[in-house]
Amino acid sequence: MTFSLFIEQLLNGVQLGVMLFLMAAGLTLVFGIMNLINLAHGSLYMAGAFFAATVFQISGSFLLAVPIAVALTALVGGVVERAVLRQFYARSHLDQVLVTFGLILVFNDAVRLIWGVVPVPLAPPEALAGSVHLFGGVDYPAFRLAILGVGALVALGLYFVVSHTRIGMWIRAGASNRPMASALGVDVELVFSLVFSAGAGLAGLAGLMAGPITAVQVGMGEPILILALVVTVIGGIGSIRGAFVAALMIGVGDTFGRVLLPPALGSMAIFMLMAAILAWRPKGLFPVHG
Amino acid sequence: MADTIAKPGGLSVMLRVSWPILLILALLAFAPTLSNALDNPFLVRLFTRAVIFAMAAVALNFVLGFGGLVSLMHGGLAGIGAYAVAIMAFHDYDGSKFLGVFPGTSDLAILIPVAMLAAGLGAALTGIVALRTSGAYFIMITLAFNQMLYYFFVALQQYGGDDGLQILSNLTLAGFDISRRATFYYVALVALCAELFFFSRVVASRFGTILQACAQNERRVTAIGIPPLRYKLAALAISGAAAGLAGALWASGQQFVSPSELSWDRSGDYIVMAVLGGTGRVWGPVLGAVVFVLLEAFLPAWTQFWQAPFGVVVILIVVFLRGGLIDLMGGSLARPTGGGR
Amino acid sequence: MPSLLAVSELNKRFGGLVATSNLSLDVQPGETHALIGPNGAGKTTLIAQLQGELRPDSGAISFNGADITHEPPHRRARLGIARSFQITSVFPEFTALANVALAAQAREPHGFRFWKEAANDPALTAPALDALKTIGLDNRASVIAQDLSHGERRQLELAMALAMKPKLLLLDEPMAGMGRQDGQRMTRILANLKSSYAILIVEHDMDAVFALADRVSVLVAGAVIASGTADTIRADPLVKAAYLGHRG
Ligand SMILES: Nc1ncnc2c1ncn2[C@@H]1O[C@H](COP(=O)(O)OP(=O)(O)O)[C@@H](O)[C@H]1O
Ligand SMILES: [Mg+2]
Repeated sequence: MTFSLFIEQLLNGVQLGVMLFLMAAGLTLVFGIMNLINLAHGSLYMAGAFFAATVFQISGSFLLAVPIAVALTALVGGVVERAVLRQFYARSHLDQVLVTFGLILVFNDAVRLIWGVVPVPLAPPEALAGSVHLFGGVDYPAFRLAILGVGALVALGLYFVVSHTRIGMWIRAGASNRPMASALGVDVELVFSLVFSAGAGLAGLAGLMAGPITAVQVGMGEPILILALVVTVIGGIGSIRGAFVAALMIGVGDTFGRVLLPPALGSMAIFMLMAAILAWRPKGLFPVHG
Repeated sequence: MADTIAKPGGLSVMLRVSWPILLILALLAFAPTLSNALDNPFLVRLFTRAVIFAMAAVALNFVLGFGGLVSLMHGGLAGIGAYAVAIMAFHDYDGSKFLGVFPGTSDLAILIPVAMLAAGLGAALTGIVALRTSGAYFIMITLAFNQMLYYFFVALQQYGGDDGLQILSNLTLAGFDISRRATFYYVALVALCAELFFFSRVVASRFGTILQACAQNERRVTAIGIPPLRYKLAALAISGAAAGLAGALWASGQQFVSPSELSWDRSGDYIVMAVLGGTGRVWGPVLGAVVFVLLEAFLPAWTQFWQAPFGVVVILIVVFLRGGLIDLMGGSLARPTGGGR
Repeated sequence: MPSLLAVSELNKRFGGLVATSNLSLDVQPGETHALIGPNGAGKTTLIAQLQGELRPDSGAISFNGADITHEPPHRRARLGIARSFQITSVFPEFTALANVALAAQAREPHGFRFWKEAANDPALTAPALDALKTIGLDNRASVIAQDLSHGERRQLELAMALAMKPKLLLLDEPMAGMGRQDGQRMTRILANLKSSYAILIVEHDMDAVFALADRVSVLVAGAVIASGTADTIRADPLVKAAYLGHRG
């Protein structure tokens, strides 16, 4: 492997890691705080991409599509949380798996009904269409670099919010001790709604950024959902820091695994990694509870 | 009191408790006749699908309904069984050797045990990791392992990769021809009956009692002197082997297997079937699988967008029908009364 | 006579909190040894370390002459240590009989028997019924455990412990949450068991403790501050100040 190829793959890996973090952040917070397994998180990723594609078609502006699509996805997340999922926080994990599985079916059909079955075009903004020359003679697509930057910023912002602000304190209080949080006068229901919507918005952001690279189509969220679940489990369910570390690990590990190993092994590398880490630490790298 | 220690009530008790499944099986036996009468070969294929899905869902329910283990990898485990058959048949047709050592075969009398062994081993190996955890971790890890198996078979270029693998040789069962659809259907139905009988015995046995106890209160199981892990692991391996049997029959019936059969939504489907039918009894998932397959076959004729209403049905089942469809057939039936159910 | 259970210099911390502090204690064969102390003194934590659910940070536990400090809980159960939990712990979906039958089954070398029906096997139901009779719960044998009253579930837990044919009973507040009548009933049951088993019992009800115990140890902040016969403990000024005084 040449040095420039190495750098390129490394960037690819970090970029995948950043996307995974955006997905895993919502999953891990929702699980850590509300004790909910949300298999339909990938549907929100898909929704973000489709919303962006529509705004882009109407306005021709990717930059305008970003905030609108994120807001719409957060809104959808909020509505689903209020209408359906809220009833299931206290139910068994099996019930949660079934309900969110049912939601995936509903979401997929809703998208087919509105946007049809053909992939919808979504182009990156003009300014980011080309490549950037990096050190060491590496050419790297500007749009991918932008994804990396946005993801890193969001990760930093999220870390700051959770660890240094009042709402972050509520979130942490809610995660570790619900009765205590309500006793302290925290509006737990409101925090739950906000957290779920924020997680949905982040998933939407990941989806709309992936749109120009992959394809905006039904079911696009499912492969990444499973990787994000792996990230969540490795990081320790409920831990933002764990999600960040694990996302980078999985992003880079997956990318290099596919390049360096024979295909049958390369595609399984991250799952082996997960198995190894869990055999060593069953509650993940940064366990939150107990 | 006396009757709790008295001898089992024999045939009459068996009939009272399990008449719905006997009825279902009896009805299923007439599927080829019906198909002939209506001159509609599609029906036999449809019911073959129902019977094989039922086998996979029953296998899953052994750990789900009785062991409290929500596995999202049973699609993958069934896939191992399916690929075992397809790969060995491929080598038989080809004259080559698997891993350069094992000659292929097209006889299910050998293929089925091989498939069950492979799937059981797969379940045990993944189970060693997955069972170190519990609850949500277990669910997510099994889902990840399902995906791992999916990618593994996608990557096997020699065996068709993404496109799947066609079975070109003629499959036999201990030398007998089973290529007629009706014949194969009865083979599958007999296999399902055998599976139901096997699991209803195991569930009521000492092993089954421990498994159910683990689902209810693992701490207590340990405190009375039983280490839970090895029993849960054994249950998972048995369940995996049974899923492998379902997969083997699936591949044989289709003469084809592809990675898409291993996708994680198939694992989700099995959970839906089990819960839809009822997880409280060994045979509950059979009912769920039949209803599932019928809905899947006939809803699309009614509307192109049938998945959404189906998803809503799934949600409503969870909300309103806690014991599954068998609850509708008489509440007392779904109630466990002790060691066995 | 060698001790049945001997604990020496046991220590356990939860973060900064010292739950067990250099604790030594023994239970003689046939003895009923009561452990008293205020809430949070570390009684349940000690019981959990004896049963094996918690690992001590340091110290040693020996049982019947063998060092069991590093034995996992299921093996200690097989060696003859049975625990009843402070918060009732049974199999809620099984009948009372099936609960006790499983405890009897646990004595078999292994549970990898897949074919014979367990619920009707007299090898399991007979000893289970015996245990239920001893506890006086045999008329409720076919009731699902979650439909039993609280007091009955506590009795059921004791029956499960007996079905294990243990040498030592670790009873963590067996009367907790019971009414007066049920409590007295339980005291009578325990008085009957006293002659057949060594017992380490945690209990708040002083009447029951003084009626049952051959020896009483007082635990405060993870350490034994006094140990002796019921009368010595009653008279001990240190105990009065540290513990009995609090209870008014
Ligand atoms: N798993 C644990 N983690 C942290 N602290 C614990 C844990 N278990 C018990 N404690 C603490 O140890 C102390 C002793 O508890 P416990 O043994 O339950 O007391 P007792 O049974 O005498 O009332 C208490 O302060 C309790 O809060
Ligand atoms: Mg206590």
